[in-house]
Amino acid sequence: MEDKLSEVVLFGSWYSPYTSRVKLALKLKGIPFKYVEENLSNKSELLLKYNPIHKKVPVLLHNGMPICESLIILEYIDEVWNHAPKLLPEDPYQRSRVRFWANYTDQKIMPASYPLLLLKGEKKQKAIEDMEEMQRVLEEGIKQDFPEQFSFFNGKTIGLLDIFMGVNCYNYKAFHEVTNSEIIGPKNPKIFMWVNALKEHPLMKDTLPPHDKVVAMLKTMIAPTPDV
Amino acid sequence: MEDLKLHGFWYSPFTVRVVWTLKLKGLSYENIEEDRSNKSPQLLQYNPVHKKTPVLVHGGKPICESMVIVEYIDELWPQNPLLPHDPYERAQARFWVAFAEQMVPVIPALVYSTNAEEKEKAVEKAREHLKVLEDHCLADKRKFFGGDKLNIVDIAFGSLLEFLITLEDLKQVKILVAEKFPLLHLWLDNFKNAPIIKENYPDREKILATMKPAMERRFPSS
Repeated sequence: MEDKLSEVVLFGSWYSPYTSRVKLALKLKGIPFKYVEENLSNKSELLLKYNPIHKKVPVLLHNGMPICESLIILEYIDEVWNHAPKLLPEDPYQRSRVRFWANYTDQKIMPASYPLLLLKGEKKQKAIEDMEEMQRVLEEGIKQDFPEQFSFFNGKTIGLLDIFMGVNCYNYKAFHEVTNSEIIGPKNPKIFMWVNALKEHPLMKDTLPPHDKVVAMLKTMIAPTPDV
Repeated sequence: MEDLKLHGFWYSPFTVRVVWTLKLKGLSYENIEEDRSNKSPQLLQYNPVHKKTPVLVHGGKPICESMVIVEYIDELWPQNPLLPHDPYERAQARFWVAFAEQMVPVIPALVYSTNAEEKEKAVEKAREHLKVLEDHCLADKRKFFGGDKLNIVDIAFGSLLEFLITLEDLKQVKILVAEKFPLLHLWLDNFKNAPIIKENYPDREKILATMKPAMERRFPSS
């Protein structure tokens, strides 16, 4: 097995979705790893040493060498531990679509999520509508590019987009509760089915933080502001 | 003969990344020039999500987003490889490509800045990114980001930096100052003189001749 069993360390934070992506990928591949929980308001020397440019989690350390940025880490994992299950498809065209949707998630959906927690009134309503539209675009796109994606619940193995989606939406109920909205719902039926199937996946249940813990965390992120 | 079509925009740094990649691989393709104010129905069909160029159409199937296209081409046509073979080196190359993409918002921030303060803020942001590159990537005085041969990171930054220099003239600012960024300066010189890149390098004068009147109309000088 060469060096592949050599030390793998993951620096992360329990509530960072980017960290959860890497945890899931490592577990899916059956890669043993040491996990280091970082206090993001008091980052360790090691984290700052291994990710001096962005100073963020997650960082994967393999044989003492750091890899940063969750999408890049997942591609690295898939290349080094290239046994099944594969995180990315073999076909280059399908791979380009996975990367496209991963970028869409990271450049559009993720940056819109946190601000939504903080908005009130009309601005909040607009943000919710924008988010719903992005989910609709995602649903349409994935339906077109990966028609078999939505039969995941028939027992097919999960891949990179399942990981991204599962991590983001596993605690959608917590998000709904705290923002008093319904973004993931029957109006996007395929996504709704997909997300609910992912919620039942043992790996997701095993890895992702529970509802109450997430609600508590989201509530601390909301600064008290007057209604507008 | 590969069935390759490139929907692009002639002075877009994102389109030029794909042109360089195709040429470096010795691939012929049909170039379809898009009018950004009047996008073709094909473009809107091929990239319904972002409605942007570049889009590479291979055998009728569209690939969107410049760096996703570059990786796609590199995977299918391995001659003159743009990504290293070693997975760790690949991860490092992808990290810097991601860094280039994180720098992109500086461009519209600078182009659309309406006052001196906004302009200065955009210039500062650009310089911050360039400082990271100068300090972290070129310290060993390598010829290209890829070492002796140019790679995907050179392509990602070459296009952006060339466009930024064009914007320096357009917006009357100084960003890539030689004294502050000696290694980057040297690198850009190596890059623009590299074979294939040299013959397909954006014509700065032509771009300025096009952009200046448009800028004047939009932001009449006081």
